[in-house]
Amino acid sequence: MIRLDGVTVRKGDTLILDSVSLELTERRIGIIGPNGSGKSTFARLLNGLEKPTTGTVHVDGAPTDRVSALGKVGFVFQNPDNQIVMPLVDEDLAFGLRKSGLSKSEIGERVQRHLERFDLTHLNERRTHELSGGEKQLIALIGVLVMEPAIIVLDEPTTLLDLRNRRILVSLLDRLDQTLIVVSHDLELMAPMDRLIWIDEGRIRGDGNAGDIVRGYREATAAEPC
Amino acid sequence: MLTSDYVPGDSVVHRARPLIKVGLLFLVCTWLFVREGWLSLAAAGLVLVAFFAIARIPPKIVVAAIRPALWVLGLVFVAQLFLADWRFAGFVVLRFAVMILAASLLTLTTRTSDLVEAIERALGRILPARSAEAISLALSLCMRFIPRVRDIFEEVKNAQRARGLGTSWRALVTPTIVRALKSADEIARAIVARSPDGPHVR
Repeated sequence: MIRLDGVTVRKGDTLILDSVSLELTERRIGIIGPNGSGKSTFARLLNGLEKPTTGTVHVDGAPTDRVSALGKVGFVFQNPDNQIVMPLVDEDLAFGLRKSGLSKSEIGERVQRHLERFDLTHLNERRTHELSGGEKQLIALIGVLVMEPAIIVLDEPTTLLDLRNRRILVSLLDRLDQTLIVVSHDLELMAPMDRLIWIDEGRIRGDGNAGDIVRGYREATAAEPC
Repeated sequence: MLTSDYVPGDSVVHRARPLIKVGLLFLVCTWLFVREGWLSLAAAGLVLVAFFAIARIPPKIVVAAIRPALWVLGLVFVAQLFLADWRFAGFVVLRFAVMILAASLLTLTTRTSDLVEAIERALGRILPARSAEAISLALSLCMRFIPRVRDIFEEVKNAQRARGLGTSWRALVTPTIVRALKSADEIARAIVARSPDGPHVR
């Protein structure tokens, strides 16, 4: 469970998030909101990439500045090019495990297990800079999955994908046992979520079941002047 | 040579320990300067050809490894023509080519992770673990992101061309640097996010 208590984030004079208090307990949680609303900052708070100016964020009771909390929350970035840091696919998937205490063969086995699970063994020794956009996004996600976190936060996972790769990613997400927190503009992706949170101008504007929140968000967006 | 990609294989050259290969590379390069002469150069060239053959590296990959350096070699040749004669210019260029190919043999037959791990282990003997890890991580990031920076440069160049800006270096270099720095910021965050077991990387 992730718990935010009175979280405010300020950058210079700009208020990014304003006194947000929430408990995230559902298995599938979506975060929506217009550009610049504070969604990505909210997502980054959940695994300690962003620090609150005031307030606290706890993962299973531990504050996010503790290593024990960080290991529980994996983060998939919007642009996989910035997340993939090694020249070969299998090297990159092993990157997060290099200080895990596992032996080289155990790391190799775990990487192979995850590639097999998602039918991606053919990418094993491919050069990461030669992968297609869809393949990069999948490898970025598997790079997080090999760490076996209990919670995975995804920041705009479908933005750079075509329809085919989007379908592959969505089916992969459906097969995951972990708690998923997905930040996206993709309302179709958000429809099956157990809970949807609508952030606007740094505040929670809506929080509830996906159908109601999407409807409210669509109406509010349509009513805004162009 | 830094962008040379690993060619999978099981030859003696592939299986040799990365630090031995780095040591040999250092020795060959030093020897080419200490024992300056056509005979030494020919011997080094022959040994190198033999190693490429043993490692079963296809000739087109060898050519691809040296191609990005050709314009630099051309410049060196022209400069040496003014400073000495064409024979010495040819010798200097060939010596550089042999050294570049020797370095390429290292990267073509060694996985980056093995190379980085070996460097980290070696540096760990003389530096604190934190510094050794930081240096080896920086090296692996160089190898991964040289192609990325090249892609950014190409994207910016095409965008400028599409806007009819021609070949203004300022218009090319500024956005490339800004985009590369923004990427670097995000990459640093990704490394932190992917290293929950190594808080010292932060």
